[in-house]
Amino acid sequence: MSLNALWEYANPKKFIQTTDRVLPWFAWSAALTLVVGLIWGFFFTPDDYRQGSTVKIIYLHVPAALMAINAWLMMLITSLVWIVRRHHVSALAARAAAPVGMIMTVIALLTGAIWGQPMWGTWWAWDPRLTSFLILFLFYLGYIALWEAIENDDTAADLTSILCLVGSVFALLSRYAVNFWNQGLHQGASLSLDKEENVHDVFWYPLVVAMAGFALLFIALVLMRTRTEIRARRMRALLARERMGA
Amino acid sequence: MIALLVRDIRLAMRAGGGFGLGLSFFLIVVVLVPFGVGPQSALLSKIAPGILWLGALLACLLSLDRIFALDWEDGSLDLLATSPLPMEGIVSVKALAHWLTTGLPLVLVAPVLGVLLNLPEAGFLWLTLSLALGTPALSVIGTFGAALTVGLKRGGLLLSLLVLPLYVPTLIFGAEVARRGAEGFDITTPLLFLAGITCGTIALLPFASAAVLRVNLR
Repeated sequence: MSLNALWEYANPKKFIQTTDRVLPWFAWSAALTLVVGLIWGFFFTPDDYRQGSTVKIIYLHVPAALMAINAWLMMLITSLVWIVRRHHVSALAARAAAPVGMIMTVIALLTGAIWGQPMWGTWWAWDPRLTSFLILFLFYLGYIALWEAIENDDTAADLTSILCLVGSVFALLSRYAVNFWNQGLHQGASLSLDKEENVHDVFWYPLVVAMAGFALLFIALVLMRTRTEIRARRMRALLARERMGA
Repeated sequence: MIALLVRDIRLAMRAGGGFGLGLSFFLIVVVLVPFGVGPQSALLSKIAPGILWLGALLACLLSLDRIFALDWEDGSLDLLATSPLPMEGIVSVKALAHWLTTGLPLVLVAPVLGVLLNLPEAGFLWLTLSLALGTPALSVIGTFGAALTVGLKRGGLLLSLLVLPLYVPTLIFGAEVARRGAEGFDITTPLLFLAGITCGTIALLPFASAAVLRVNLR
């Protein structure tokens, strides 16, 4: 498939048709991988010798955190596509992804707090990673609030996409600023592909499955929400036309 | 451009409230802090740099919606948009006017309020310097937020929600300079970061603000 063929899906009608076909696949495979990954992770992995069974919250925490960041990345890309090529589906996909990403951020923060209480002895610490996630949450809040506040759809799409671009730069800046501001309590990356020392394979495989499950879940939710947005907009257009005719 | 700058400053000074309001707010915040945390001077002098930075930031936030709101309502923003001045220039001048009428007075009054909070003697220079370096960034970022929300009826609250997360890096490095200065540590790194943020925002953000303003005036 050449790159040009990709832009076909910018046509709302084509998008709806295609997603009609692929959405069930994404939804069911998300359900399947999540069930497999989580059950495998929760019940068929050994307890950590120091952390006990508390360690198993990793199967929710890490995938949620991963998707929270990737959701913003996806919004950044779709915002860029909207600014450059002005495809409405792209702007709507960004809008659809924001609440999902925000919920992922909340899940990551909450599971982290639940894990941190017995492990670190505190629900919350002003650790750089925790802090930057909280800031990411604030960015999601502002982005969603701006979408809600503006009535004209195209204006809202333009303004939010510029906010997303500027926000990405500042989110990145904040990430390094908080690193500078406080020392970390959070453990470093232990899942990198290029490192010698990673988590043990016993934990690693179910975690990969859970991450794939969260990714599929995210795709399915965003596709579904984008379809809803497209249909809601079409309905508004139809209603407006009807009123004009009457 | 200079005419626009002079006009904006005059408007801010004469329209009442705009000029003094930020300063009064800053004063009140600083006065309220000891009531909240207790009057022990050791504690106060420890948190003084952070409180002064936070107070200045909030005072700055308070007057942001005035940057474009009045011009938007009476239509002079449309006139400015059709003038030969590029939108980026208009936005920059607006930010500069906001800094001159809000940021600069805050910088000047901050050392005085530092006395109230028992700021250590070594901190005065660095507090003033960090505020002088950081408040332009606050004004420029705020102008972007104000441009985003200019067309909205109740944009004030949304404006704070949008702008405050963007203020995080500036606040971190600015307060860090003031804190380290007060405690007598080396301030080079955060000072350079702060200057970098200010220069970067002044150079780049007007383009974003102008783009946003163009959308809003469409």
